[in-house]
Amino acid sequence: MTTTKSKVVYSPVFTDGAEFHIPTFKILKQDGKLYKSAKAPDLDKDKALRIYRAMVTTRILDERMLAAQRQGRLSFYMQCTGEEAAVIGSAAALDDNDMIMAQYREQGALAYRGFAIDEFMNQLFGNELDYGKGRQMPVHYGSVQLNYMTISSPLATQIPQATGYAYGQKLRGEGHCTITYFGEGAASEGDFHAALNMAAVHRVPVIFLCRNNGYAISTPATEQFAADGVAPRAYGYKMDVIRVDGNDILAMYQATQEARKLAVEHNRPVLIEAMSYRLAAHSSSDDPSGYRSKDEEAVWREKDPILRMRLWLESKKWWSEDDEKQLQETMRREVLETMKRAQKRPPPPLETLVSDVYDEVPPSLAEQFDKLKAHIRRHPDEYPKSAEHAKGGA
Amino acid sequence: MTKMNMLQAINNALDTAMAEDERVLCFGEDVGVFGGVFRATSNLQQKYGKARCFNTPLVEQGIIGFANGLAAQGSVPVAEIQFADYIFPAFDQIVNESAKFRYRSGNLFNVGGLTIRAPYGGGIAGGLYHSQSPEAYFAHTPGLKIVVPRNPHQAKGLLLGAIHDPNPTLFFEPKRLYRASVGEVPDEDYRLPLGEAEITKEGTDVTVLGWGAQMEVIDQAVERAEKDGISCEVIDLRTILPWDVETVANSVFKTGRLVVTHEAPLTGGFAGEIAATIQERCFLYLESPIARVTGMDTPFPLVLEKEHLPNHLKVYEAIRASVEF
Repeated sequence: MTTTKSKVVYSPVFTDGAEFHIPTFKILKQDGKLYKSAKAPDLDKDKALRIYRAMVTTRILDERMLAAQRQGRLSFYMQCTGEEAAVIGSAAALDDNDMIMAQYREQGALAYRGFAIDEFMNQLFGNELDYGKGRQMPVHYGSVQLNYMTISSPLATQIPQATGYAYGQKLRGEGHCTITYFGEGAASEGDFHAALNMAAVHRVPVIFLCRNNGYAISTPATEQFAADGVAPRAYGYKMDVIRVDGNDILAMYQATQEARKLAVEHNRPVLIEAMSYRLAAHSSSDDPSGYRSKDEEAVWREKDPILRMRLWLESKKWWSEDDEKQLQETMRREVLETMKRAQKRPPPPLETLVSDVYDEVPPSLAEQFDKLKAHIRRHPDEYPKSAEHAKGGA
Repeated sequence: MTKMNMLQAINNALDTAMAEDERVLCFGEDVGVFGGVFRATSNLQQKYGKARCFNTPLVEQGIIGFANGLAAQGSVPVAEIQFADYIFPAFDQIVNESAKFRYRSGNLFNVGGLTIRAPYGGGIAGGLYHSQSPEAYFAHTPGLKIVVPRNPHQAKGLLLGAIHDPNPTLFFEPKRLYRASVGEVPDEDYRLPLGEAEITKEGTDVTVLGWGAQMEVIDQAVERAEKDGISCEVIDLRTILPWDVETVANSVFKTGRLVVTHEAPLTGGFAGEIAATIQERCFLYLESPIARVTGMDTPFPLVLEKEHLPNHLKVYEAIRASVEF
């Protein structure tokens, strides 16, 4: 039994889907002017500047923290460079109470929501103020207040979770939705397919935002799938889909705004494929020179989403050379100062090794912890981070 | 009190939880109008509507991913995996996500509301893929709780305990007993504690430990051993993770002997963990080596199921050997 009325043929007819051509939605040209038949979305000055500041903040944070990693101050880092419009344009189109379930390269969304530089730094250095209690590698941010689910390293696991989260939001009926971000590589995981299918079947208010940035570490998108990107998969699930120029802040904003309406007002999940490019390495541990050319990178550097937005803002007289200089200087200073502060803070207390495994520490774990403390007390010099904390207790 | 079989007790527990709290949702493959292939969710959709009890597409990793998201959002999902043998596509969501949600977020977020129900175990001519007991895989994962009931009364009380426990819980149901095990079950809400073993029979010569459907096997073996004049103390572990070391150790201090039995294969089975811990705790009190009576290290067979399983005769022999060592 099928759910669609299928036309009958009497000789074998194969189809290859070639009739589906998914266009790319664009508004803003690289020179900051609109395409001829395009129209800017309803975006006021305050919001536009909030978006722009988050983009610049993200870029500066990424530059400084990669440098800090290179200096040995930080164990690891991942940059969002080149994809700021895809991430921040979409996050800005949501209600701040909507849930964000990101992959790991979406610090821009968090910056937009108002995560302070201090909060970023505390996580990056895993100090005593890190909300995650120093348990996860750098860039695994989370915030309850800002409705940003803590990042988990396994790829795509957040996608079906977003479907479930949004189902709960639908039942609660408060008009909220969930957006989940992932790369075109993660879209090959089974969890992606499970999530989209379940969302379509159960009519869940969720937005699936695929950042098609060309690479999964070193694997180019051409070796990730044979199809025309990720977008056509939505047809298989009977889901609304749109492909957007991911470096076009206005197109990303408007596409997500419309997607949110479909999700929240009509319980129609949406897939957005944001076409962009990962200008930086996959992470601080990766070196792209082994798998792609400088020329290719240069082409995309010309399509910088931040510069594109800045030129548009300047054309609207909402932004000036002076504003830019001031923002750059302020942010660079703040990043440096907070980095120094965060780096000096002590690590989380030893108790955080065993807390939060369960709501309460079970007896066998408490026993292991007592043994550990006794061991540390015998060798305090070997455990400088925790010798002080090991003094109490059994 | 009403006389119920284990399925009716489980259905009654779900009904009780859904009636009390509208955040409780039941879903899985065929769970909706059909009420599940074993009928554990019978009439729940009719009673609470399609939004709260529903079918999912056939995708275990999706079911548990969806359930994790719901639990993180504040709902209380009770997800069914149709057979424990089919839980493995969801292994990543359970081991890397459910189990670590609270820890990795520094307790900003948790999926404590999550309960995963799955029928497990052999004895129903189910062959390789309708018979397995996968508890040991999950017992290696801090952050999860694992519960196995032995009869209808325990099933209702432990399932309600699991649903209300603030940690993600795997609830493995001994499907061989679904209809075979019948008993008096209170009609009201009652919750049995997780993490506590139960001494179901006191004795002095040897401690015999198991869980789930294996408790019935133990009872038969013990009945026979007692005819030989051996006094057995019987313990139902009930919660595999985190397990009740105290109750087991205190019993072994008294009897000096321990026989552990489970259906899952020997190597890497949870009996190994129990044996290691108890010999450490009770070394100077032990009168004989701790015995493990388990399934063999083979895939679960079909025609030779009886030979494979740790039946009452094998458990009886182990009790005798332990006492006569």
